[in-house]
Amino acid sequence: MIDKKWIGHELPASVLPIERTRLQFFAKAIGETDPVYTDAAAARDAGYPDLPAPPTFLFAAELDSGASGQMLDDLQIPLSKLLHGEQSFEYHRPACVGDTVTVRSTISDIHDKKNGALEFVVKTSRATNQRDELVAELRTVIVCRH
Amino acid sequence: MTHPTYDSIQIGDELPALQLAPVNRTTLALFAGASGDHNPIHIDTDFARKAGMPDVFAQGMLGMAWLGRLLTQWVPQAQLRRFDVRFQGITHLGHAVRCTGRVVEKLEHNGERCVRVEVLSANQYGQPRIAGEALVALR
Repeated sequence: MIDKKWIGHELPASVLPIERTRLQFFAKAIGETDPVYTDAAAARDAGYPDLPAPPTFLFAAELDSGASGQMLDDLQIPLSKLLHGEQSFEYHRPACVGDTVTVRSTISDIHDKKNGALEFVVKTSRATNQRDELVAELRTVIVCRH
Repeated sequence: MTHPTYDSIQIGDELPALQLAPVNRTTLALFAGASGDHNPIHIDTDFARKAGMPDVFAQGMLGMAWLGRLLTQWVPQAQLRRFDVRFQGITHLGHAVRCTGRVVEKLEHNGERCVRVEVLSANQYGQPRIAGEALVALR
């Protein structure tokens, strides 16, 4: 069983610079063909200062920094038992090339279902930019299947 | 391209669907690198089989990114206020995912006129993979 002492635990902050080549790579990987996501001129025509990070991109911050992996180690959830249960984003302002986004997360709940066969960890996150403006709020539910 | 407006949208309207090609290993490897999700269960067949899976399978966030494309091909991303999903079934190699969406409510949210959109991705057998909803501001 995952120790409930981790409820309330704050993960170390993850700093993610929004970089052009990374966004272009992400667009390629998801098959995105809208030039807003790969061509700075098209992005500016659409009203953005530069390429915007796509709606789900900020999930990368805690993967890149290792905060997600450290959390799994701390909670003793092996990758082989891990599933992503739910994911939410609430958007406040775009993150574009040149911005640096910082994601800070808290483990807000841990519970189980089916007599412990499935354990759930809820993580809530705030993403802010270099001006300390709120960019997005994230909520992640991960599942450990036994 | 003209974007939908609040007055032009009716409850029940469907978003233009997004049909994806069957998932292959290249797609999973590219997404692992681009997303930062290096979990070997999505890229290493040996690891996946040891974990009791038939083979590697798609990252959940790849499926959510596809649903994001469904939304941003309908309205500019700056109009997206919320985007929530539940991962309901694993997307295996060979699954050809189709993303669909439908307007289910017109409402005011924080002083803005918005629509609530139900979104769904399903494989070629009609099995749901991801279900969710989005809140979109319309002018």
